[in-house]
Amino acid sequence: MNDRIARIIGPILLLLALLVGWEIAVRLTDTATWMLPAPSDVIRAFKDDWRLLLTHTRVTLSEVLIGFGIALAAGLITGIAIDSSRIIERALYPLLIASQTIPMVVLAPLFLIWFGYGLLPKVLVTALVAYFPLAVNTVDGLKSTDRELIRLMLAMGAKPGQIFRLAKVPSALPMIFGGARISVAFAVIGAVFGEYVGAKEGLGYLMDRSAAMFETPRVFACIFILAAMGVTLFALVSLLERIVLPWRRFTAGST
Amino acid sequence: MQPPLLNISNLTATYMEDGQHLVALENVNLQVQPGEFVCLIGPSGSGKSTLLDIVSGLFAEVEGTVEINGRALASAQRPGSTSYMRQRDLLMPWRTALENAALALEVHGHPRKESQRLAAARFAEFGLAGFEGKYPAQLSGGMRQRVAFLRTVLAERELLLLDEPFGALDALNRSNLQQWLVKLWEREQQGVVMVTHDVDEAVFLADRVIVLSARPGTVIHEERISLPRPRTRAMLTSDAFLAHRAVLLDALGLLEGDVA
Ligand SMILES: Nc1ncnc2c1ncn2[C@@H]1O[C@H](COP(=O)(O)OP(=O)(O)OP(=O)(O)O)[C@@H](O)[C@H]1O
Ligand SMILES: [Mg+2]
Repeated sequence: MNDRIARIIGPILLLLALLVGWEIAVRLTDTATWMLPAPSDVIRAFKDDWRLLLTHTRVTLSEVLIGFGIALAAGLITGIAIDSSRIIERALYPLLIASQTIPMVVLAPLFLIWFGYGLLPKVLVTALVAYFPLAVNTVDGLKSTDRELIRLMLAMGAKPGQIFRLAKVPSALPMIFGGARISVAFAVIGAVFGEYVGAKEGLGYLMDRSAAMFETPRVFACIFILAAMGVTLFALVSLLERIVLPWRRFTAGST
Repeated sequence: MQPPLLNISNLTATYMEDGQHLVALENVNLQVQPGEFVCLIGPSGSGKSTLLDIVSGLFAEVEGTVEINGRALASAQRPGSTSYMRQRDLLMPWRTALENAALALEVHGHPRKESQRLAAARFAEFGLAGFEGKYPAQLSGGMRQRVAFLRTVLAERELLLLDEPFGALDALNRSNLQQWLVKLWEREQQGVVMVTHDVDEAVFLADRVIVLSARPGTVIHEERISLPRPRTRAMLTSDAFLAHRAVLLDALGLLEGDVA
């Protein structure tokens, strides 16, 4: 229990110390607010613009969640398909890798041309960025199933569906969760990037506009919200993992 | 006359490796009667595990026939007809001891709850009372082995195939589990084919010990063990025990060095 409190309080204290140091540094050097706002300026931006920030946060968050949801479904489906057959593996794996080598910088503007300024192109960028770790980890997770265990179940007379459900899925889940944690963090970056390229709303858009108008405190407010969003989603996935995989505590050592 | 529980005739098994044929078993003939405990010994690589793989239906490239309870079964028909405990315990780390023990029942179509109820009823007998909710990582090696054993026994097959079930255990654990197994079996009277490296273990447990030659494995000796049942540790020093032991060590070619 003490250990837990220490784990939560530690980072908070460090963050506070950094913020105080930042505040002092900015005041002592008399840096202009539009160059580098002090934390107090950022807090003021939160207070003054909270309605605006909230609206745009909602947009970005829904892009992240929808994009991640699509990536999760697509990643699981392709992962299972690749694991289930050699032919599908040969056909799909190169495409999967290729999906990663096409730079987003090229794709995002194309999506803009094809799908306009709405939600869809951002969701697609987000989903594409989040897809890869999920698909790869699903494949690796399913393939990591102990072959001896599969043989044991075959000797019991287990049907393919039983082997999949009772042996393969549970074997794969730790790696799928690992992929999901990376993916949600990627998804936030993906959504902001999609908005940067062309949007009428969202935190990426707001940052872009605010920077253009030298509203630097608001830019920082957006950055804080995005960081908090990434950390929270990451923590939620970790929490879900702890609930779904209680046995991991006894095998995973440190985490 | 009841047919033999297991009847293997003229069995030859070949592995294909890098386009080369490797004969693992050659012309093996073997019978196990209902309720009989047979131990299989032989040098490493003599095909003991391969033989159990074949009987359980995991290995198909064979010549010869395998009959279970008088019925000739093709290898694709054999899975599920025996209960197989392989060299490693192969417990699922994500399942509790109870859930692991219930696995075979679940695979055979019993509902999850009922499987676990049946498994729970035998935890005490297997020395596992109180550990139902523990994960394999929380259990000692001897306990994990007992959970794997319970899973094997609960499958309720007439023929148990055990591949070095005590191979990974230290001497004390091993000796305890041997005594415990012999008691369990004397009560259950299921047919058993058990592979072991340990001649003493084979003589202590078995009704009959079968010796395989080095690769390609074939039956070179069969020893009917005359020790009475129930077996006790005191028999380990009896003359009959030592005589059986000497014959088997000789069959394995392990005596020559000692004699001189
Ligand atoms: N999957 C495989 N592919 C090719 N050769 C194999 C395979 N499995 C076993 N063999 C070979 O077949 C022979 C018999 O192997 P097996 O595992 O049945 O021996 P064993 O008697 O169980 O040995 P041990 O006492 O070491 O467990 C060995 O020479 C081994 O190298
Ligand atoms: Mg073996």
